[in-house]
Amino acid sequence: MVMISQRNPLSSSTSKMSKLTTSSSELDLDRPNIEDYLPTDSIPQPHAKLRLRDLLDISPTLTEAAGAIVDDSFTRCFKSNPPEPWNWNIYLFPLWCLGVVVRYGILFPGRVLILTIGWIIFLSCYIPVHVLLKGHDKLRKRLERALVELICSFFVASWTGVVKYHGPRPCARPKQVFVANHTSMIDFIVLEQMTAFAVIMQKHPGWVGLLQSTILESVGCIWFNRSEAKDREIVARKLREHVEGYDNNPLLIFPEGTCVNNHYTVMFKKGAFELGATVCPIAIKYNKIFVDAFWNSRKQSFTTHLLQLMTSWAVVCDVWYLEPQNMKPGETAIAFAERVRGIISARAGLKMVPWDGYLKYSRPSPKHRESKQKSFAESVLLRLEEK
Amino acid sequence: MGNTSSMLTQYDIEEVQEHCNNTFSQQEIVSLYQRFCQLDRNSGGFISADEFLSVPEFAVNLLSQRLFRMVDGLNFKEFVAFLSAFSSRATLQHKVEFIFKVYDFDGNGKVAFSDLLDVLRDLTGQFISEQQRELVLTHVLEEAGYKKDSLLVLSDFTKILGNTGLKMEVEIPVD
Repeated sequence: MVMISQRNPLSSSTSKMSKLTTSSSELDLDRPNIEDYLPTDSIPQPHAKLRLRDLLDISPTLTEAAGAIVDDSFTRCFKSNPPEPWNWNIYLFPLWCLGVVVRYGILFPGRVLILTIGWIIFLSCYIPVHVLLKGHDKLRKRLERALVELICSFFVASWTGVVKYHGPRPCARPKQVFVANHTSMIDFIVLEQMTAFAVIMQKHPGWVGLLQSTILESVGCIWFNRSEAKDREIVARKLREHVEGYDNNPLLIFPEGTCVNNHYTVMFKKGAFELGATVCPIAIKYNKIFVDAFWNSRKQSFTTHLLQLMTSWAVVCDVWYLEPQNMKPGETAIAFAERVRGIISARAGLKMVPWDGYLKYSRPSPKHRESKQKSFAESVLLRLEEK
Repeated sequence: MGNTSSMLTQYDIEEVQEHCNNTFSQQEIVSLYQRFCQLDRNSGGFISADEFLSVPEFAVNLLSQRLFRMVDGLNFKEFVAFLSAFSSRATLQHKVEFIFKVYDFDGNGKVAFSDLLDVLRDLTGQFISEQQRELVLTHVLEEAGYKKDSLLVLSDFTKILGNTGLKMEVEIPVD
């Protein structure tokens, strides 16, 4: 029987959801290409003669399609799982109401106040420093760095962020790049309060964009636009320049390219891994005990997301600074990226999924269909020759 | 049935179960409903083309277009009935019927040479020439005792596929 594939590796690996061993076995297989993840005719075909039955039996393809309709690993990455309600009891409910009153009535105004004070302090120091110390670049940079770290600390305090940092603190050295998994834009703030990174981000509209073009420019941030293809070369060049510069802030990249729900990691883009620099992985894992820090950009704006964080009890997370990795001899950038992804996923307890995060915004390329068609066509022709 | 509500009542579940001839358990129907609501992002009561194609695994499938046209505009009850062919409780005949429906595009109960050619084209793309495709099909048809202009009906499909141990099952994840 001609089979397009004997099994769908995606459904078999993700159906055993609880085991971390699945992700490490994927790591062992060291698959760099997305084509390798999708079921193709890699199994040696029984070279029996081609019969009508073989052409009519489209059940493997249909099964794959139905499997995708019923459950697919890509959608799972972006699902925000609602927390279990715990206030359905006669004495828990009033407690919960009291909690709401405290959170919205006491904590929230307090936090807004803290944040406002923080901004006042920041701006009153930053603007003079930026304007007056134009000649003294080194001093200015140092002060700006400290100030950005300060305002990020204020931000984290405004959601009562309880962040535990593990591992050696990043230091500013040339020829190194930091990569982290991405759950929300607050990842950047959580990391920035400890070290003033220069980050590469998508240019956003609104007040976020304003912050990006003023304050974050001073830390050396780089912008890109997801929708512009030509942009990629310019960005790659800027990245390389930044990494090679001596006085630049350490560069932070989120290679997933999009926010994922902190249970999975999607494929890392190879851009960060082909700069010829040491890659220092950072793993971030949020504890959903009080609030889910995943920013589901399809469901809420960043402002709503921040407000949600500010009206919850606390944002709890762990940050691990992991051992710096270098490209092994003979390793391709993609294999390197997948290896680092494996390290980060293992540390943060995330499952690896073989999809490109940008599929959130665009359709898969026709290459995947074509490779399947090619292998089926080849087997048909081959079996036709058999007598 | 309340397609726009996010909760299914026991009556709804039983109605759906009856409609699909008990091929799915009640728990599976609840899971399928959650999935349906997840895919139907704009809560229109049915899953649109865009919403289906946003599932990359489905979009790269070679028969996605054909399947999509079968499932387009279906409400939840019909969606479950559509998927019932993939249940472990579905009979072999049911599965053969499903395959027949995929081929029988215009739904007239007969599968012609052109229908067979269309599906083969979806599966092989530009890697076999149109001429070669016709030759291959004619060859296997004649070998099985049919002619190029024969019209295949469901009983033919049952005869051809019936005893091959068709494996067409999908597991519904139940939380």
